[in-house]
Amino acid sequence: MTHYLLTVHGPAERDEFGNYGSKEEMEEAFAATGAFNDKLHADGYWVFAGGLQSASTATVVDGQGETPVMTDGPYLETKEVIGGFWVIDAPDLDVALKLAAEGSKACRGKVEVRPFDGLAT
Amino acid sequence: MQGGTAAVERVFREEYGRLIASLVRRFGDIDIAEEAAGEALVAALEKWPESGVPPNPGGWLTTTAGNRAIDRIRREKQRDAKHQAAFMYHDDTPHEPTGPVEDDRLRLLFTCCHPALAPEARIALTLRLLGGLTVAEIAQAFLVPETTMAQRITRAKKKIAAAKVPYRVPEAADLPERLGGVLAVLFLVFNEGYLATGGGDPVRAELTGEAIRLTRVLRQLLPEEPEVAGLLGLLVLIEARREARVRNGQLVPLPEQDRAGWDRGLIAEGHDLVRECLAINRPGRYQILAAINAVHTDAPTASDTDWSQVVALYDQLTRLDPSPIVALNRAVAVAELDGPKVALTLVDRLPLTGYHAWHVARADLLRRLGRTTEAKESYDAAIAATQNSAERAYLSRKRGELV
Repeated sequence: MTHYLLTVHGPAERDEFGNYGSKEEMEEAFAATGAFNDKLHADGYWVFAGGLQSASTATVVDGQGETPVMTDGPYLETKEVIGGFWVIDAPDLDVALKLAAEGSKACRGKVEVRPFDGLAT
Repeated sequence: MQGGTAAVERVFREEYGRLIASLVRRFGDIDIAEEAAGEALVAALEKWPESGVPPNPGGWLTTTAGNRAIDRIRREKQRDAKHQAAFMYHDDTPHEPTGPVEDDRLRLLFTCCHPALAPEARIALTLRLLGGLTVAEIAQAFLVPETTMAQRITRAKKKIAAAKVPYRVPEAADLPERLGGVLAVLFLVFNEGYLATGGGDPVRAELTGEAIRLTRVLRQLLPEEPEVAGLLGLLVLIEARREARVRNGQLVPLPEQDRAGWDRGLIAEGHDLVRECLAINRPGRYQILAAINAVHTDAPTASDTDWSQVVALYDQLTRLDPSPIVALNRAVAVAELDGPKVALTLVDRLPLTGYHAWHVARADLLRRLGRTTEAKESYDAAIAATQNSAERAYLSRKRGELV
């Protein structure tokens, strides 16, 4: 089994309904994502997942020097940012891609699939 | 057969895809498979010129390479955890002369053409691992520096290993879609050979030949898939005209070709395949393109071509694939049926100004309508849009003939 990171990419700027268009559509997306998460648990692929606050809430810390330097905002100023992610454990890329397609449909966003080079325990 | 170096290399290339595919199945790693195959070649080059090519050269290479791979893994297993893992989990089921060995190549073909890989990497990997072409030959075919091609292939292999692209024939539900990707790669390899995009040799028979060879392998493996039969029919019907297609360094378009120079054996094979597809009656893109080429190759002279049949087939293709490129090819056939004026109206509304074949078709229609000034402009645009020397020579001649 291989661990894969599934990151959801979406617009950096979010409107009041999280860019889902309307309250109803936002609720539908949340419900679909919840159902997808339940499926990941049931089928044994689930490791961890979560949605993120907007990129404007991020702080970049550079601790390489003598005193850490803090910078407000995300590391990269881009139009599209990571809105949330899943970590799954799947037998191969075909399975990971299939799950990513389901996740993408559920959460209404593009999903990047990237294998882990091992996990720290 | 005496085994000179050339004979050894020929056998090696013929057996390469089978060899690599079975090694990848056994050891689960492309790099190990390639290294072992390379060592088996070295051994064959040492041995065969003296002892002669063995009666079952593929079996000899597979056994030798398998032993070399195991030796290597044993040597390195103390210091290399990955190889150790490959050794511990490798699938050591003995290979059989038919069945599993054939499936190995099919599995590897689906891996090489996996949609998670970049399209140009799919073509390169297929030619490298299944076609046995060297990186230098593939780089040459696609007119990129060898280091660029080597990086492209290395990157794709690394992704296959790190992201765990499986060595597996897709399940029935996914097969049509995934098979489409494999067929597209084979067709692209063929097209690059048939009308090379670069300024080198205008026709690259080694690429058309390789595409046909791999499609024949695919057909043996998936005899029930009509689109595979369709692609093979299409490729052999185009290949049949290859010799007649270039004369004195100039491209010869279909109506002007010397039909006595067509390969009758390939045409008969193509027509059989098209008939087989018609009997199955599950039409698809490649089957329809094959049928169109069957109509062309069925006509004793260009003027005997059943153009209404060609247009009807393009209508059928348009329903499956309503792309502007299909519409362009249909318009060229419509010109023969309803005249160049009707065809030009169809061509002019297509968003293909960046596509050289659009300018070629337009130039020809304008020429036939006597709109000389516009035809010249279109020939210039067509010439500017292609690097292929034979096509440039043909277009320059046609432009020169306009007064």
